[in-house]
Amino acid sequence: MTGQITLLVLGRLGVALITLVIVSFVVFGATEMLPGDVAQILLGQAATPEAVAGLREAMHLNEPALLRYAHWLFGLAQGHLGTSYANHMPIAGLIGGRLMNTLQLAAVTTVIAVPTALFLGITAAMYQGTLYDRVVTTTIVAVISVPEFMIATMAVLVFAVWLKWLPALSFANDVASFGELLRIFAMPVITLCCVISAQMIRMTRAAVIDALKMPYVEMALLKGASRSRIVLHHALPNAIGPIVNAMALSLSYLLGGVIIVETIFNYPGIAKLMVDAVATRDLPLIQTCAMIFCFGYLTLITAADIIAILSNPRLRR
Amino acid sequence: MLSHPPLRRRSGFQVNAVGLAAGAIVLFWAIVALVGPDLAPHPPGEIVDFDFYGPVSARLWMGSDYLGRDIFSRILMGARYTVGISLAAVCIACFSGIVLGMTAAVIGGWFDTLLSRFLDALSSIPSKLFGLVVVAAVGSSIPVLVLVLAVIYTPGSYRFARALAVNSNTMDYVAVARARGEGTGYLITQEILPNIAGPVLADLGLRFVFIVLLLSGLSFLGLGVQPPYADWGSLVRENLGGLPFAAPAVIFPCLAIASLTISVNLLIDNLPVRIRDRSD
Repeated sequence: MTGQITLLVLGRLGVALITLVIVSFVVFGATEMLPGDVAQILLGQAATPEAVAGLREAMHLNEPALLRYAHWLFGLAQGHLGTSYANHMPIAGLIGGRLMNTLQLAAVTTVIAVPTALFLGITAAMYQGTLYDRVVTTTIVAVISVPEFMIATMAVLVFAVWLKWLPALSFANDVASFGELLRIFAMPVITLCCVISAQMIRMTRAAVIDALKMPYVEMALLKGASRSRIVLHHALPNAIGPIVNAMALSLSYLLGGVIIVETIFNYPGIAKLMVDAVATRDLPLIQTCAMIFCFGYLTLITAADIIAILSNPRLRR
Repeated sequence: MLSHPPLRRRSGFQVNAVGLAAGAIVLFWAIVALVGPDLAPHPPGEIVDFDFYGPVSARLWMGSDYLGRDIFSRILMGARYTVGISLAAVCIACFSGIVLGMTAAVIGGWFDTLLSRFLDALSSIPSKLFGLVVVAAVGSSIPVLVLVLAVIYTPGSYRFARALAVNSNTMDYVAVARARGEGTGYLITQEILPNIAGPVLADLGLRFVFIVLLLSGLSFLGLGVQPPYADWGSLVRENLGGLPFAAPAVIFPCLAIASLTISVNLLIDNLPVRIRDRSD
């Protein structure tokens, strides 16, 4: 039995690895579509044909695309991220600190959003059909149906313009005290929490309601257990798998949210770096950032799948 | 669970009030997208107010933008881009997704496996990131946007249609048609499609919402519809500078997007069950 599970998990990891290779192919292929000669663009209008030819040679641009793809992938696997086109700095240096900033933002958001979402999701399922439940579900539909930047805009309007609690736009360059750190983190974190917890609440509520439909819950009801005991003691343990799965899946929404949030609040993270790289068409930087994002996304999705396999014996076939 | 037999059968579909209201709003935006620019009180590109981020007034119903242009007219014009591009993209995405999904379900075997694997891999690229990378590579224009959005949402549509078609494929009438010697084309169009049409249409609506959201997001990042044209996402981006003063120029485009996406969601949630879940 254990061997079978190990095999399934390894199989899932293998699929993730193959997916990552296909994804890298797509990312590389998309950036290959750029019209114009990279060497020419880099050296500018005044470059001599010899200089352009020399640079093409040095950058392996004359080799077939597949070979360059292999070069790039091997470099990436060994940690050679290449140099930025725009400012000729090594990409590893550009990304390092920024990645930490983004991970910090993600970590703070997760720590706040997960317990909140669990609480709201479980209580909404407990009091299914009441006014409380309907308010929660309607709010969720509203939050899910609007773009992330609108939630950010509304957060600014409420907290900065009307309540005047926080500055409208924050910069992380001049952090002096814990209070200031809090003020900088507050708005991005509020926005991201709304974006990801909406999905979490919805899926948690659905998982608990599914568990509540089981015959053993009816049995518990018949023997006279209280509502909270039925939910917390009988239904919840069986819904843990789907809930954790939902958490991992929702965290992958962080990626989309982070791109918007870092842009709107000028947060110096990796997503902002990537959006800026798009403006300057700095392809190596875009490729690397894209691969980091896809890697994070795939990790979360694969984790969600593996948790689902481990927690539900019926998926182990 | 108990299932009550219907006490009396009404002819036609039952629609509730929320569904009707949502449908009316969706219809309203569809009409605006078609004829809106002709109704606009001012030309969308013209500077009509010397005050930028102007307030709501009798002449400028939704205030003025960062250059003093009329926001109301620009929203009417933006509806054409937001609704038009999203509609085109969702049609291409769902058409290719459904055709590929049904074909994969009917043919099965290695064709099905390969296609499913490939499209799964494609869908494991975050949608906003995919848009970002492609737009960075080939630049942003309306045909590129439509194609990129269509490619991003094809895998989801494929998965949905394939799952439905696989169920439908095991039905006796499909086996009968196959025994008659009908080809794949006939099986897909005559036997399977009519039986999955309802849920597939509902799925098309939901996917439309996702595409509107992604398009607005891309435009908001400056990668979508390019100036001098503007969809609703670009309008928010252009006027973001007015946010600290709560300018109407940044609030109304947001409200336009929200009203469209929430209405489509509500419309589909309140569709008569007979349309939505017909495959059961």
